[in-house]
Amino acid sequence: MVNENFEPKIVGFCCNWCSYRAADLAGTARIKYSPNVRVLRVMCSGRVDPSFVMKALASGADGVLIAGCHPGECHYIEQNYKAMRRYSILKHTLRAMGVEPDRVRLVWASAAEGQQLAEAIDLLVADVRKLGPLKWPGNWTENGQRAEALETLLKEHEEAFEVVS
Amino acid sequence: MSEKIGIYVCHCGSNIAGTVDVEEVARWAGKNVEDVAISRDYKFMCSSLGQSLIEEDIKKEGLTRIVVAACSPHLHEKTFRQACENAGLNPYLLQMTNIREHCSWVHIDKNAATEKAKALVAAAAGRVRHQRPLERMYVKVNPATLVIGGGIAGLQATLELADAGYPVYLVEREPSIGGHMAQFDKTFPTLDCSACILTPKMSEVGQHDKVTMYTYSELEEVSGSVGNFKVKIRQKARMVTAADCTGCGVCVEKCPRKVVDDVFEVGMATRKAIYMQFPQAVPRIPVLDTANCTYFTRGKCQVCAKVCPTNAIDYTQKDEIIEVEVGNIIMATGWKPFDCKRIPQYGFGRLANVYTNMEFERLCNASGPTNGKIVLRDGKTEPKSVAIIHCVGSRDTTTNTYCSNVCCMAAMKFGHLVLEKTQAEVYSFYIDVRAPQKDYEEFYQRLLEEGMHFVRGKVAEVTDAARQPDEAGRLIVQVEDTLMGRQRRIPVDMVILMGGLEPQADAKEIGLKCGISCSMAGWYTERHPKLDPVATMTDGIFVAGVCQGPKDIPASVAQGAAAAARVAGMITKGQVMIEPIVASINEVECSGCRICNTMCPYNAIDYDGEKNVSHVITALCKGCGTCVAACPAGVISGAHYNNEQIFAEIEGVLWDAHGNGAATEKEFVPVAAG
Repeated sequence: MVNENFEPKIVGFCCNWCSYRAADLAGTARIKYSPNVRVLRVMCSGRVDPSFVMKALASGADGVLIAGCHPGECHYIEQNYKAMRRYSILKHTLRAMGVEPDRVRLVWASAAEGQQLAEAIDLLVADVRKLGPLKWPGNWTENGQRAEALETLLKEHEEAFEVVS
Repeated sequence: MSEKIGIYVCHCGSNIAGTVDVEEVARWAGKNVEDVAISRDYKFMCSSLGQSLIEEDIKKEGLTRIVVAACSPHLHEKTFRQACENAGLNPYLLQMTNIREHCSWVHIDKNAATEKAKALVAAAAGRVRHQRPLERMYVKVNPATLVIGGGIAGLQATLELADAGYPVYLVEREPSIGGHMAQFDKTFPTLDCSACILTPKMSEVGQHDKVTMYTYSELEEVSGSVGNFKVKIRQKARMVTAADCTGCGVCVEKCPRKVVDDVFEVGMATRKAIYMQFPQAVPRIPVLDTANCTYFTRGKCQVCAKVCPTNAIDYTQKDEIIEVEVGNIIMATGWKPFDCKRIPQYGFGRLANVYTNMEFERLCNASGPTNGKIVLRDGKTEPKSVAIIHCVGSRDTTTNTYCSNVCCMAAMKFGHLVLEKTQAEVYSFYIDVRAPQKDYEEFYQRLLEEGMHFVRGKVAEVTDAARQPDEAGRLIVQVEDTLMGRQRRIPVDMVILMGGLEPQADAKEIGLKCGISCSMAGWYTERHPKLDPVATMTDGIFVAGVCQGPKDIPASVAQGAAAAARVAGMITKGQVMIEPIVASINEVECSGCRICNTMCPYNAIDYDGEKNVSHVITALCKGCGTCVAACPAGVISGAHYNNEQIFAEIEGVLWDAHGNGAATEKEFVPVAAG
């Protein structure tokens, strides 16, 4: 049920030192890849707070790419390992929330791996295209009932916290 | 908060404009981006005219934020930050977005590229509104330098800096400086005697009034940052008071205990329990090996103390921690030889007359165990044929995939020495002969003329199981000669394994202490493999010699000098700029959970037990932001990359995706877990 006309929107988080430079190299080498991934720069893949991924999906992204230096080559010594651990927890959480974990992907790309990064981007775009649109914001904002249910839930939580404190 | 944002979209000639409709992007941004005051497109933003365009707009229109959509920020962020600064705007109120490398150069579809460029501009404009002015910090550079490792690279760096008049602390793990080069007999391709060219440098370092040597010492701890490092050095107990020792060597001579020397003589000879590493050791102060000393193991002896004319022996000496303050650190920690026992089919450790390259270096060294005579393990028989096997532990997927760089030339050097000193035939088993430096190829030609037999093929095994009468009692090298295209069995008397170069066993650990990383193979990672080969990603830490990757003596010397030049440049400049991209903790809201403390690889987060809060030591923070992402209370903020900024950026980059495909109840099908 692959919709050929569906163009997924994917947010990429690239670390300043390896993967952003890999994307730069892909550019310098004129390697072509799908325009669906839009790259934002962070200093390190360790900076990628799982809430960034949630925020992107909630803002209408169909997928998220996180790219860092190879294990052992992190500019900040070992922070990409922390990204790796958060990523595995995040995938678990996404699954629990009903989002296909394949929409979010962590890849390694050294500053010399423009080709590999471009391939990883194309692969993710193809995979997300197969999964179809996520329509996360649509599900909550367009459907009045669902939005209400969420608000009730939030209210209940707030009340529960008030009692505790 | 109302900002006046200026948006500048660059054509970059046709580099961007060829794929992205630049005018459309600028027009769209001018209409649709919140708080935009000016939106322009220009042929070349980085040109002086483009820059003055920004400067004038800031001055005339009172712009408070700038977005430049052009090439990679790695290329021109500095340029545009300077332009902002020139016009009196804080440089951190600029945001660059990359619509060339990340857009026009990698896409073909003009519409898609233009839409993507719009999203990238929207992201930058969204984020720039939340950016805050940041002040750059400057710190003074301490003119003293720490050099770790007293091999040839470290010695060269030390001398360059000391000769320039700057103080240097040199730390060496072994009792003497000199490194591996002190073990060698000759150096290729000139066949200079290694000791003759090395020892003058060693004594020059030893006597230099600007150099403070800590031999038999190890790096304990590094704190601080570029300009002002505090270093703790562990001076291991020598049991000899350096100030009193004259280096006469009587203690060594009279010591009754002999021990196999596994370090300098690689197990080929013995030394005493109190010993000087080698005759030309610098400093000339012996070390007492307490693990083997009769007094320390059995409680009796003390011969060395009795014979010492200056009462320099002190059995009560303890390890001492010395603290020094330096502005820069040069790592020249070198390498360790590959353990040839890891390739059992070559028989090292099992077959007596299989030698490693380091053993052979000692064997043919005039001051080695045989005084330079090339003989078999029995100590008298001269070999009639010698096999040299290349790439042992190099260019091999089961051990190390990299080329160790020096072994081909060292093998030819060995070949020459065997041919010169004995009547033996010499076979070299190689995969490729690598001789690319100055005069190296000529040396290869010379060896071909001298009659060294080069057999192209990777040796399968070295065995003593004879099949033919002429193989009896000898070592047989089984190899596929890939030039002849057939299997050969070549009987020889001696086999030399050209073991590769490996990173020091604790390279990673020492790297962590200094805050630098290693490649997968374990070599220290330089800042840029071509354009910045001696600096590292950590400011103020430089690398030289083999610890950065296998290389020969000339390259190590060149790199040592290069690292020293970089340090001298830092010292001369006197101060360094520190990027203000650092984390900070809101102490009022911090709960003191200390999760962030263990996240930081630079130990930049300190816990205040009294206040029960953590705080960031700004000088140590490198701005990775991992702690920011880890804080469960969300009270750590990463300057220039805070949550507010990144969230705005995410919203901007997805400006066209909000409410993506308004779904109906029916279409929403949750995916089953698992």
